[in-house]
Amino acid sequence: MSDGLQVADVVVRYPGAASPAVDGVDLTVPTGEVVALLGPSGCGKSSLLRAVAGLEVPVAGDVAWDGVSVADVPVHRRGFGLLFQDGQLFAHRDVAGNVAYGLPERRDRTAREARVAELLDLVGLPGTQRRDVATLSGGERQRVALARALAPRPRLLLLDEPLSALDRALRERLALDLRDVLTTTGTTALFVTHDQDEAFAVADRVAVMDAGRLLQVAAPGALWARPASRRVAEFLGYEAFVDVPAAEAPASPAVRALVDATRAAGVALLPPGGVLALAAGAFVVAPGGAQPVTGTVEVLRSRRGRTEVVVDVAGVGRVSAFASAGWTCAPGAEVGLVVDAAAVAGLPG
Amino acid sequence: MRVPGRGWRAGLGWGLAVVVPLAFLTAFFVWPVAEIVGRGFVADGRLDLGGFADVFSRPRTWRVVGQTLAQAALGTAGAVLLGVPGAYLLHRCRFPGRGALRAFVTVPFVLPTVVVGVAFRSLLVDGGLLGGLGLDGTFTAIVLALVFFNYAVVVRTVGGMWERLDPRAEQAARALGASPWRVLRTVTLPALGPAIASAASLVFLFCATAFGTVLVLGGRRYGTVETEIWIQTTQFLDLRAAAVLSVVQLVVVVAALSVAGRARARTERALALGAPAATAHRVRLRDPLDAVAVVVTALTVAGLLALPLLNLVVRSLRTPRGWGLDNYAALAVPQDTLAVSAWQAAGTSVRTAVDATMIALVVGGLVALVVSRRPRRAAARRAVAGLDALFMLPLGVSAVTVGFGFLVSMDAPLGLPVDLRTSPVLVAVAQAVVAVPLVVRTVLPVLRAVDPRQREVAATLGASPGRVLRTVDLAVALRAVGLALGFAFAASLGEFGATSFLARPQEPTLPVVIFRLLGRPGAENYGAALAASVLLAALTAGVVAVCERLRRPGIGGAW
Repeated sequence: MSDGLQVADVVVRYPGAASPAVDGVDLTVPTGEVVALLGPSGCGKSSLLRAVAGLEVPVAGDVAWDGVSVADVPVHRRGFGLLFQDGQLFAHRDVAGNVAYGLPERRDRTAREARVAELLDLVGLPGTQRRDVATLSGGERQRVALARALAPRPRLLLLDEPLSALDRALRERLALDLRDVLTTTGTTALFVTHDQDEAFAVADRVAVMDAGRLLQVAAPGALWARPASRRVAEFLGYEAFVDVPAAEAPASPAVRALVDATRAAGVALLPPGGVLALAAGAFVVAPGGAQPVTGTVEVLRSRRGRTEVVVDVAGVGRVSAFASAGWTCAPGAEVGLVVDAAAVAGLPG
Repeated sequence: MRVPGRGWRAGLGWGLAVVVPLAFLTAFFVWPVAEIVGRGFVADGRLDLGGFADVFSRPRTWRVVGQTLAQAALGTAGAVLLGVPGAYLLHRCRFPGRGALRAFVTVPFVLPTVVVGVAFRSLLVDGGLLGGLGLDGTFTAIVLALVFFNYAVVVRTVGGMWERLDPRAEQAARALGASPWRVLRTVTLPALGPAIASAASLVFLFCATAFGTVLVLGGRRYGTVETEIWIQTTQFLDLRAAAVLSVVQLVVVVAALSVAGRARARTERALALGAPAATAHRVRLRDPLDAVAVVVTALTVAGLLALPLLNLVVRSLRTPRGWGLDNYAALAVPQDTLAVSAWQAAGTSVRTAVDATMIALVVGGLVALVVSRRPRRAAARRAVAGLDALFMLPLGVSAVTVGFGFLVSMDAPLGLPVDLRTSPVLVAVAQAVVAVPLVVRTVLPVLRAVDPRQREVAATLGASPGRVLRTVDLAVALRAVGLALGFAFAASLGEFGATSFLARPQEPTLPVVIFRLLGRPGAENYGAALAASVLLAALTAGVVAVCERLRRPGIGGAW
């Protein structure tokens, strides 16, 4: 018997929609693991989450916990917590009233208060019990919502884009805090997001979803190194794709350099007829000295202090190449490039 | 596959929530109205349009229909013309005393119709403050009273929308070189169009179904279909003609309601588009727009709203023997041929209004709860929309029709052999029928504004459907329920249309006593009527003021 969450062949269909929102998804989340559901908006990841919570009734398939189907268990008895993008705090209750909402109503007062205080400590908001939730900032609201969702000790926590409404700096910090809280409390979680960095920062495994189907489920490192398909690679942020040429076939110097470097590094399989996926930084600008591979600089930009150039490389196309900080040149200039195999992945053809 | 969360108990609960209001509406609205329509169309068990032919061949009928439409049209035009500048000043500008002024302009709307009639009459009557204008008993007097009554509807509906209008569209137009007037004409007013249309159709409805005010002010020369139904029933005892006129009234009301409904839907759509921007600026008298709004509103508030009310209070203190409280002292003893004193009648009014409010709150609350749901299935969604529309009907279907319908049907309600006409409960039930739409319109927007995910999140935290209802829906709706309570209570307290048919002679309500006193000759009776009007006005305005205080800002329908 398997432990944790099992989603088997679930189909969710909305009335009037041409195709199902979730189209036969199988997924397991073992106890204690955090799985991210990653996909573009409208791919069905939120619908799948709602089906697991019991807010959406699947037209086919089963949702089970520890091998026991919960299809007939109403939402409030499933023991699955849910955290929405905008927190959905109850405006008519203060912070403590929100956090305590899911605690048993007849439990004694001191125990309730202790649990509320413990959770507010956990999410980094100690002493805010009596605050009106309207006075909280966006990040604080999400922290309170997280505390509220964790209070009844849900056997599974479902998070629906919990950080998407926040600005970037806050999002990055909260993603790390969220990971800490989930691991500290040993919470099993299913986390929906459209942001790769967020998924990679929070999850033990990432499930990539598109058009209602799961494309690939893997640990973040493995997913990045070996995307299962071009669609997955595109979604992860790989920006250019190059067919691997047959051994003797003529190829541009850039393609040749890519194949040689990847083969030498041994990071990617190179089946004949396969495809190399290039992330930003697959080429690095080589300062000075003639290089076999060159590209024409189209745009120069600075991202967090590092110089990044968009170069047009013959046989490859437009890619983002990295350069050392402070390096500069005029647009239109020809620059030498070397390959960084770490930013290249091989896809089956 | 079973549907989670919808056990048989939840099903039973929702079933009851639908059945109770439906049964109430069927017994106390649909049945009486069907009875009336039957009397109009059916004679001796056969379809017979003879009654229609007869009634419509009378020139009197055409005169009354014409007057009804003319009064309603002019009353609506007046309320909109004066109300739009008022909405601008009270919702888009800031000045000291704005809150008090906003509260004051709402007062006329909650005043009982009879009181409004008395207030205008005491102002315009020979020897009154404006007696020299010769407006007593004229068409103009009726239209002025209707504007007085409905000014607040326009100010609240349009102002509520104006407040939320994103000012950046206007700023963009100004930056493109448009003058303030051009911005008003080409940007602001078009954006407010749906709100103005919505308010206008409601005002038209209220004017077309006006009863108490018209009965008091119109005398024998001017009437509406409403007063005509009453006269045909109580003076000429021609129930057939009354039935035919009720059918005419139904047609007018349904037409006005459907226009109002469409306008409201457009308002709601437009609201969803606009960003909620609260941007009031300080009044600038040098700005021509502000100057016009200030002048129009000052004249309206002082001349049209405050003057009749002040005059009513002052006149109630004047007795044949000089100034004093004699008229108020007279309230403690039965006047003239009346069986009870005004104070006793006030007691009856309050008791009846409490009963009516309770009934309206239960029925209206359940309707609002059911209608606020957005079911997944299309059929259920249509059923909910139908229920919503059904319960708006009594809002327009005149109180007189309800009273008259009770009179002709409650000797054997739904064919049951119990004569309810002698029961004192009947007045409360009739008042509740009139008050239910008020409750629905006040509570529904608040319940609709509850994000469905609030209920979902509560359920995932382990709350049962009952607890979700209690801790999410009811907790949020509580403040609006307070306001609904006030509106329903005030409406019941001042209800005259239905009550005038049903109140038992030995137990009249205060509005009925006022009307009877007005009909008796003698300065003492007149003075007592004025004092009783002040008492009734103070009661209703006080109740609404208390309930309005309970309201959180921004909550409650601008209906």
